[in-house]
Amino acid sequence: MQALFGQLLVGLINGSFYALLSLGLAIIFGLLNVVNFAHGAQYMMGAFAAWMAATYLGVGYFWALLLVPAAMGLVGVAVERLLLRRLYGLDNLYGLLLTFGLTLIAEGLFHQAYGNSGSTYPVPAALRGGVNLGFMYLPLYRAWVVVVSVVVCAASWFVIERTKLGAYLRAGTENPRLLQAFGVNVPLMFTLTYGFGVALAAFAGVMAAPVYQVTPLMGSSVIMVVFAVVVIGGMGSIAGSIFTGIGIGLVEGLTRYLYPEASSVVVFVVMALVLLVRPAGLFGRQR
Amino acid sequence: MSRIPRVACCLAALLAAPTLAADKVSDGVVKIGVLTDMTGYYSDLAGPGSVLAARMAIEDFGGKVLGKPVQLVSADHQLKADVASNTARKWFDQEQVDVIADLVSSSTAGAVMPVAAEKKRITLLSGPGTTAFTGEKCTAYNVHWTYNNWALANGTGREVVRQGGDTWYFVTADYIFGRSLEEDTTKVVKAAGGKVLGFARHPSPGTTDFSSYLLQAQSSGAKIVGLANAGADTVNCIKQANEFGVTPKQSLAGLLVFITDVHSLGLDTAKGMYLTTAFYWDMNDETRKWSERFFAKHKKMPTMVQAGVYSSVMHYLKAVQAAGTDDADAVMAKMKATPVNDFFAKNARIGPDGLLRHDMYLARVKAPGASKKPWDYYEIVKTIPAAEAFPTVEQQACPLAKSASPAVMKK
Repeated sequence: MQALFGQLLVGLINGSFYALLSLGLAIIFGLLNVVNFAHGAQYMMGAFAAWMAATYLGVGYFWALLLVPAAMGLVGVAVERLLLRRLYGLDNLYGLLLTFGLTLIAEGLFHQAYGNSGSTYPVPAALRGGVNLGFMYLPLYRAWVVVVSVVVCAASWFVIERTKLGAYLRAGTENPRLLQAFGVNVPLMFTLTYGFGVALAAFAGVMAAPVYQVTPLMGSSVIMVVFAVVVIGGMGSIAGSIFTGIGIGLVEGLTRYLYPEASSVVVFVVMALVLLVRPAGLFGRQR
Repeated sequence: MSRIPRVACCLAALLAAPTLAADKVSDGVVKIGVLTDMTGYYSDLAGPGSVLAARMAIEDFGGKVLGKPVQLVSADHQLKADVASNTARKWFDQEQVDVIADLVSSSTAGAVMPVAAEKKRITLLSGPGTTAFTGEKCTAYNVHWTYNNWALANGTGREVVRQGGDTWYFVTADYIFGRSLEEDTTKVVKAAGGKVLGFARHPSPGTTDFSSYLLQAQSSGAKIVGLANAGADTVNCIKQANEFGVTPKQSLAGLLVFITDVHSLGLDTAKGMYLTTAFYWDMNDETRKWSERFFAKHKKMPTMVQAGVYSSVMHYLKAVQAAGTDDADAVMAKMKATPVNDFFAKNARIGPDGLLRHDMYLARVKAPGASKKPWDYYEIVKTIPAAEAFPTVEQQACPLAKSASPAVMKK
């Protein structure tokens, strides 16, 4: 029983990462209709940026948590302006191919510069240590990850579902031409949305840096699961991606307790089952 | 009457032709292929560094053997068994490659060895660890050069048990290498009077979060958590074991740890850990001299795999020179007949099973304060003599070694 609680808590922690990553992916897909394959690479670059800022500039963790997403958000804006924008009229396969290409380039460059063993980013001093919960030892940092990602997810959901800006966004998702006819600057909204999605990925990267080894491949090992999460939740559904992210983490944890060998496959089994029953995903609407 | 001898002569010449051809270099070139992981999880411990090591060996040899040029080709097997065997097939069938070196990751080595044996070409394993490659899976054209799991298990396992670490729990990479390493270490631990309490097997490559496996290790209460994995997996395990408070209550035994892993972990995280290695750059003048040349080009000190690639390619070229041909059977006989003497191994011999038996070293990772210069990471605790470091020919169940005649055995 103790082991079960332990595995579920670990599942919750992993689920918070999934939620944070799939949220960005869902926002981008929802508005831009672009399958952002570079999300994993942007997450990796966020982690590397935090490491580089600490190593070369002496920038601490909490500053990195603010500055890195901002900087990566600007990179996202540039990518949208210079590259992605040209593909909106085409099948969304082209967007996928472009972002996939960007992923390969980014991973290749970081591999060339830093090798694949990666680097270690220390846990910030304020968050070292942990609490003994009786059934497991919970590192303080992991608890922080859960809290922060829940806050960020809830804030994003609030902005999108309950504010005027969010209403524009949702309207843009529904019918961008009509929205433009009302005088809203839709292209600018597209640019900022992509930038925000990328910033979220980078934010998750900074959060992950003290936990995982910072390597060029860290994104590609997590992105497959995150894509599955988005598909299960319903492509483009904000709430769907958040709940599914956490849910999938828990399902993984449960599987690791019951039958560990299946823990890497279970996500895709769930995905297949969900798609059979609800082709648009749990929270998605048929278009 | 006079025509018959002439025809006979011609026929004789034709019959003799294959043997004449075997006396020299096939296709007028000796081609060495380095098949390794160029961009994936093991690319730092092998990868481009292995290619560089092979190139250095060819250059040091003079770039020519028996008057013919020596060429180097390399390819990325992406840690995929099918890519590895297809590349090997293409190299053998279309590109006249004579020998393949490195083959990091047991799944790729296991796929290439049968192809090489079928085509009568040589494999020089430096990266993979599976003990069975010179046991039940042995071939007549393979040499296992740098280390095997048996050696790791005995070096690290025995020492840890001797120091009181007598209950073990394994975190194992779920493929042939990890399972073989776990199995070998289990035997050693049990033989030394210890107990194995359980294991958790993780998918590899591709796992980055080890917390659930480490929690299981933690709740097992074992004194030692044995890491039967490699590269990035080991590094993430060690890092997260610190985070979850597995250490220092329980101790970690990294069964396969490379110097590049220690470099990326940092001494603060890795300090005090025991590991078994075939090579350390800072052991003597010879190792330092070679390693510093390597460092000048690669900006990282060599791992044992990379040093092993140099040593194996050099030994191969010397054997071609001595045999007067690049015919695989003749070269293999020469390689087995000649002891290896270089910065990597002293008076080491290749057994009839294809295993190079050389000294191994038990090392302990230094604490940050004890490290005086860059890459000053290991303290060599003891030298494990070749006879103890590796299984004997009898212990290996290689069918070739059993059928080998005593005359071959003596060589």
